Amino acid sequence: MIALLTPRNFVVAALLAILVLIPVYAHSTGNFFLVTLFTRIIILAMAAVSLNLIMGYGGMVSFGHAAYLGVGGYLVGILAYEGYSSGFVQWPLALLVSALFAFVIGALCLRTRGVYFIMITLAFAQMIYYVGVSLSRYGADDGLTIYNRSQFAGLLNLSNRTFFYYLCFALLLGTVYLTWRLVNSRFGLLIQGARSNDRRMRAIGFPTYRYRLACFVIAGTICGLSGVLLANHTEFVSPAMMHWTKSGDLIVMVVLGGMGSLFGPVIGSIALLVLEEALPPIMNVIGGLVAGSAGARVGEYWQMVLGPMLLLVVLFARGGIDGILSNWSGFVQGVREGFANLRAGVGNLFASARRG
Amino acid sequence: MLLFIEQCLNGLQFGLLLFMLAAGLTLVFGIMDLVNLAHGSLYMIGAYFAATFAAMTGSFVLGGLLALGATLLVGMMVEVIALRRLYGRDHLDHVLATFGLILFFNELVRAVWGPAGLNLSLPAWLNTSFPILPGVHYPTYRLSIIVVALVVALLLYLVVMRTRVGMLIRAGASNREMVGALGVNIKLLYTLVFGLGAALAGLAGLMQAPILTVQIGMGENILILAFVVIIIGGIGSIRGAFVAAVLVGLIDTVGRAFLIDLLRLGLSGAAASTAGPALSSMLIYLVMAVVLVVRPEGLFPVSGK
Repeated sequence: MIALLTPRNFVVAALLAILVLIPVYAHSTGNFFLVTLFTRIIILAMAAVSLNLIMGYGGMVSFGHAAYLGVGGYLVGILAYEGYSSGFVQWPLALLVSALFAFVIGALCLRTRGVYFIMITLAFAQMIYYVGVSLSRYGADDGLTIYNRSQFAGLLNLSNRTFFYYLCFALLLGTVYLTWRLVNSRFGLLIQGARSNDRRMRAIGFPTYRYRLACFVIAGTICGLSGVLLANHTEFVSPAMMHWTKSGDLIVMVVLGGMGSLFGPVIGSIALLVLEEALPPIMNVIGGLVAGSAGARVGEYWQMVLGPMLLLVVLFARGGIDGILSNWSGFVQGVREGFANLRAGVGNLFASARRG
Repeated sequence: MLLFIEQCLNGLQFGLLLFMLAAGLTLVFGIMDLVNLAHGSLYMIGAYFAATFAAMTGSFVLGGLLALGATLLVGMMVEVIALRRLYGRDHLDHVLATFGLILFFNELVRAVWGPAGLNLSLPAWLNTSFPILPGVHYPTYRLSIIVVALVVALLLYLVVMRTRVGMLIRAGASNREMVGALGVNIKLLYTLVFGLGAALAGLAGLMQAPILTVQIGMGENILILAFVVIIIGGIGSIRGAFVAAVLVGLIDTVGRAFLIDLLRLGLSGAAASTAGPALSSMLIYLVMAVVLVVRPEGLFPVSGK
């Protein structure tokens, strides 16, 4: 029997409880900014969960995952612009097109391995990005404003912020559940087998290419869905949402939270995006205490803190936040060793500088 | 025809510039097996240093040389403090850590130099044009980029293939432990190689600085192009990087200049002018995808890895 009361499970449960209660809190205080922020976090968490499916479980590091966000989002935007604002048309079509894109891209990319795979997925994402830039009818570089959120014939009202929040939350939970079922099925075991040793899997007689492609398409489709939600949330689509740094952000979310863990990407996206919001004010307060009014504006440079934080996570916290939570004592020891190494490294630097 | 020659030269110049960036990237990638997304930041820092030092000393060449040294130092510091610990890790760790470095460097540059871009103006003797053919003038500065890059390529070839250090670098790439066991300070060697790569990136940045504005994030888009180059060329192969860089430079520049006209031959005018810009931006990625599908290890795969 697996212990249920581990630190990790506790954190996951607490996070889920907070996510459920956020609209309640917003209603009681009238501060709807939190709902808007967390809707975005939940939508991007969904994209991160889908990336984790191929990256964490399948070992397919896609550096172009934001492309599907763009494809899903643009489908909604373009259809709305052309006068088809019914969600019954938009959503299935967007999912279908995302799946098609993922199928074509995956079919070509999965012929390569390792770094080549990372880079070829990036190449395809860049191509789609430039298609977005050149769509002059749909705003090109400036993007396209969506005047109507998807209409569901009066059944669902996406313009209601609270309802939309819970819809996204439910879809996120659904995605996590789907991932859980997939990963623990025969299909998922095959994918994970292909990650650890593809040649052996093929030698046993599994056509791994087909399975990996199927996995890639599933992930692309889910990410397309989060693109649809994102377009409905911001009521705006632009090529910027598929810029390569956005794909980088998604990778950061997954690795930060914990690759190959079910809730890791959710934790990671919450951590990253909340940090983005919270670091500037925190730094302002600290800067103000240290250096008076001159230091009270250091929050502007919050990325100078976030960057090294990512570096530290990679150096000292393998397995991301999820890894830290499941192995707390190991983490503490690792940090101690890491700092000793760092001190030795800086010492070496000075020593070699002195030697000339 | 004149336009075509000029565009080809522009393409060659851009390609050679890419080569300087890609050479460092492919060295670090091939030898240390490190994916360094922050390479573009070193390019940016080289350009900022050049602009600052040139303004300080009043001389473009002197400023450039100082910037080169400074970028080398920054590169070696980054390697010793952070990246050294990443060797032998998963590529994904590299991507994440160096992505963090990009954020850090962008903010650092903004804190030091401010959000507005800098300009680096050319000295009068470079700001002229040079008759390459009777009646065909080409800017001297662009020509000098071509010359400098070719010299760099030659030097790099000589250093890697003909010197003892180059031999150690190549040996370190194929078997790190063995070289270490033979009594070579492999850590120092790696730091040097990384510094060399950083200096090359800085050189590319400072050469490009007078043509473009020196600004934050200038390294990010060209970094992707440099990655395309080393992937097409085959990771770790300097020769491959050279061929691929020139190829990419030519295809990109000539494609942007002539693709629309070419499309007009087959398509209606309106369709050509909408499809043209998109297609010419996509062209090199298309080339890369085709190369990878046909030859998954690039044009000049490094054997024995």
